[in-house]
Amino acid sequence: MLARTASAIALSALMTAPAVAQEVWVSNERDNTISIIDVPTLEVIETIEVGARPRGLMFSHDYKVAYLCASDDSTIQVIDTATREILHNLPSGENPETFALHPDNRHIYISNEDDNITSVLDVVDRRIVAQIPVGVEPEGKAINHAGTIAITTSETTNMAHWIDTTTHEIFQNSLVGSRPRHAEFTTDDKRLVVSAEIGGGLHVFDTETFEELAEIRFEIPDVHPHDIQPVGFRLTDDMTRAYVALGPANRVAVVDMQTYEVLDYHLVGRRVWHMTMSDDETMLFTTNGVSGDVTVIDLTRQEPVKTIKVGRFPWGAAYRPADS
Amino acid sequence: MRPALRAMTAILTREALRFVTQRERFLAALVRPLIWLLVFAAGFRAALGLSITPPYQTYITYEIYILPGLVAMIQLFNAMQSALSLVYDREMGSMRLLLTAPMPRWWLLFCKLLAGVLVSILQVYGFLAIAWAFGIRLPPLGYLAVLPALLVSGLMLGAVGLFLASTIRQLENFAGVMNFVIFPVFFLSTALYPLWRMAESSRLLRDICAWNPFTHAVELIRFALYLRLNPESLGWVALTFALFLALALWGFDPARGIMTRKTR
Repeated sequence: MLARTASAIALSALMTAPAVAQEVWVSNERDNTISIIDVPTLEVIETIEVGARPRGLMFSHDYKVAYLCASDDSTIQVIDTATREILHNLPSGENPETFALHPDNRHIYISNEDDNITSVLDVVDRRIVAQIPVGVEPEGKAINHAGTIAITTSETTNMAHWIDTTTHEIFQNSLVGSRPRHAEFTTDDKRLVVSAEIGGGLHVFDTETFEELAEIRFEIPDVHPHDIQPVGFRLTDDMTRAYVALGPANRVAVVDMQTYEVLDYHLVGRRVWHMTMSDDETMLFTTNGVSGDVTVIDLTRQEPVKTIKVGRFPWGAAYRPADS
Repeated sequence: MRPALRAMTAILTREALRFVTQRERFLAALVRPLIWLLVFAAGFRAALGLSITPPYQTYITYEIYILPGLVAMIQLFNAMQSALSLVYDREMGSMRLLLTAPMPRWWLLFCKLLAGVLVSILQVYGFLAIAWAFGIRLPPLGYLAVLPALLVSGLMLGAVGLFLASTIRQLENFAGVMNFVIFPVFFLSTALYPLWRMAESSRLLRDICAWNPFTHAVELIRFALYLRLNPESLGWVALTFALFLALALWGFDPARGIMTRKTR
């Protein structure tokens, strides 16, 4: 009887245990690899060889494949998340750096840095379906949750271009600080947030009026203002917090998105670039380019807990939940 | 109460009373590391550079790095201060009175040593509380886990002080000895910079730091504050304690030690 009960418990444990643990994938720009971090142990468990100069990295909405900008190969690589194999390469236009996946899980909007173009890729037909001329050196990409607006930021033009995803035309331009790097919409699509690397601020826009609601500035004791360069950031689903990577300041800022006040700064590795967050929003993973590592911040305790060595010049990071 | 325990209680009480009545001593014990922490460390925040060394798992500010070294510094100064008071007691004659008590000499000296360590632990917790108020915080359980490490490191430093006290003839000589001991011991350790930083400037300096028992006291405290045991440091600290305690007992032995030569 006891043995039977034990077997039943073991079987039930096996059934409830996640077959795939949570993972964080990190693109290493200088090593042409992806490091895979096992989230429960916070260790690198695998390194995948990929194309030249991997930068932008994201998962499909169903997490079955990962998309990677292999910039120097001018292609988007599709990687099977289960087998870790590169399935095929997709056309991307010249020198893709960052991208965003439409909620339809089919269209990817890509920044072609050298051609001043935003390309729209159909991942099912494996072809570019539109090319939209934008400002000089397009970089940041965002698509709203409704899937109606795509944003491209241009590093040299210092603008956020608002693109209608139906017509593939720019219908609005917003001036932002110098060298805008990254853009994101809040969960309710009412606000657009853009980081300006050289400008040193985070710009918040109203998506209906296109008015700038706030510019969030950062100040860190003992850090020269020139070293405070906001790049990647993440907004929480409840829209109360933004976590902002401040580049050579080696800090991640915690911003209250209701009052636009900076609440705290967390010390991370050198030249913090981009980041990803766990699905329960309890952990943040930052890529630290120069020090070649990823810092894990416990968001419940609001404290960096571990820094994990990855490849050279980690650039992008993407979180994959358990059992996906 | 057994006589041995009664003797211990008496010695501890005497030292505690002395500690309570000498408020300036407590203040001085806190001011010194606080200046290092809030002035020196703030100015040298960028000097450390970035490198993760155990027990740290991620990047830390210089204030966090320097904290265990300053804790050990409190214990080092306290040990020297206790040694100074021993020399004073000896000059005043109260030491002779103590050592003629019907108790084993080693027990009396050990009680004296323990009393000094307990005072240093009080000073350390006062310092950590002020550092906490200034936002320099450690893992909460680390404040508890460091207690045994403080006891061991305090005993080691106290034993060194006891040995020095046994070798010093006059109170006037002690200031020189303190400078001669405290500065090299403190600066040639990992209290201010990690070993890899020392190695960058000189391999020899790094090796001296690695051999310095004070380095091991600092590292024992550092690891304990992060809930980890550093067995190598514990071994070195225990060994140094045993060695200097033996030397001090020999020094205070009127039949064989330095006391004989001094009283001649």
